[in-house]
Amino acid sequence: MGATVTTTATNGKTWDGGNEPMGASYGKLMMWFFIVSDALTFSGFIAAYGFSRFKFIETWPIADEVFTHFPFLHGVDAPMYYVAFMTFVLIFSSVTMVLAVDAGHKLQKQKVAIYMALTIVGGMIFVGSQAWEWKNFIQGSHGAIETKGGSILQFVNREGERVTLADFAKHLPKDRAQLERKDGVWFMSEPTLATYSVEEVVEGFKANPDILVRTEVITKDKKKTVLSREQSLERLKEAKLVVEGANMYRNEYGHKTFANFFFFITGFHGFHVFSGIIINIIIFLNVIAGTYEKRRSYEMVEKVGLYWHFVDLVWVFVFTFFYLV
Amino acid sequence: MGHSHESNTKRIWGVFAFLSLVTIVEVALGIVKPHSLYMTNLLSMSLLNWIFIILTVVKAYYITWAFMHMEGEKSNLRWSVVGPLVFLILYLVFILLVEADYVFEVFRTSQYKWIF
Repeated sequence: MGATVTTTATNGKTWDGGNEPMGASYGKLMMWFFIVSDALTFSGFIAAYGFSRFKFIETWPIADEVFTHFPFLHGVDAPMYYVAFMTFVLIFSSVTMVLAVDAGHKLQKQKVAIYMALTIVGGMIFVGSQAWEWKNFIQGSHGAIETKGGSILQFVNREGERVTLADFAKHLPKDRAQLERKDGVWFMSEPTLATYSVEEVVEGFKANPDILVRTEVITKDKKKTVLSREQSLERLKEAKLVVEGANMYRNEYGHKTFANFFFFITGFHGFHVFSGIIINIIIFLNVIAGTYEKRRSYEMVEKVGLYWHFVDLVWVFVFTFFYLV
Repeated sequence: MGHSHESNTKRIWGVFAFLSLVTIVEVALGIVKPHSLYMTNLLSMSLLNWIFIILTVVKAYYITWAFMHMEGEKSNLRWSVVGPLVFLILYLVFILLVEADYVFEVFRTSQYKWIF
């Protein structure tokens, strides 16, 4: 141990173990290589997202218009503030993690425990925020119409501000009841019905001359195209479905794959945060129990720290590619 | 370098301040969207997007080097982790985005609209 092995000829102990040619213990090295493979997995997902986006570069949803919610500010257009907050929480929990590692080097059990606990709390706040973000995304805010060709039509007023379906849709007398399993044969049910039928939206549109259709196509000014009244009416003839919020098949924000990528990539990242919290809790309990104090080494804290920082690192990229770019 | 066991607390808080600052700049740019940056294109992407991507890489560098303490590792460990990642990711992004741009052209000039 300790001696640097230069050649096998001068030292016969090369294969007897205990060598650390990379200057890191086995466990730490394997954590690094796990991170390499996991980073490649995430790169694959994000590159696939880039692929789809470049394919539909002229019609892809604009992120600022999708993620506009902030807690307790209903109806206020607040793009990005909430994700910025989530980013801070995660970076801060990375800081407390690295402080725990630092305290571990000095064998300060109390400090390690406190900083680990803070890291766990930070992770939980992050996962909770993500759940809230998902809730808003799934619920949607304005509603839209899907055409026979599969594109999304949204509605705006003359000033170009988004209009919600509820603001103009007509209430027609023929109400359609949701088919549930308790009503028919046990295996018969149908997807949740939208609040309004296509006819109700189209009739409401005809009755309100101040409402226009906004298509997915991005103009030269990097804004979505707003059609004239005549074009809007023409376009609405292709209406096929009312879309509210997002699911795995369609979403009111735009291209069908947009929601799939959002769910998959942020979900996969969220699951990493979740497992990171679990691992942190296990290590935290070990710290409390004095396992590493007895070992006189807090290297385990360092290893989970690597994982935790990696999760933070991935979020930095997800933040950029989903919310900024 | 090597594994120095003296306290790094000062550096940690410094890096935190820096990362926060970069995030604030990113969010501010994302909300304001300065016209000159947003509308100017370089290699079919707006200057603003290039700034976001460069700032992201800068953040990634600081997280890896300071928080994950890569700066204290041996250079063979650094290279065997960072080298493959940089090469493979750049390669993957390059082929996928070039292909996507080709598909985009097909959609624009033919009857196909979204089916493949």
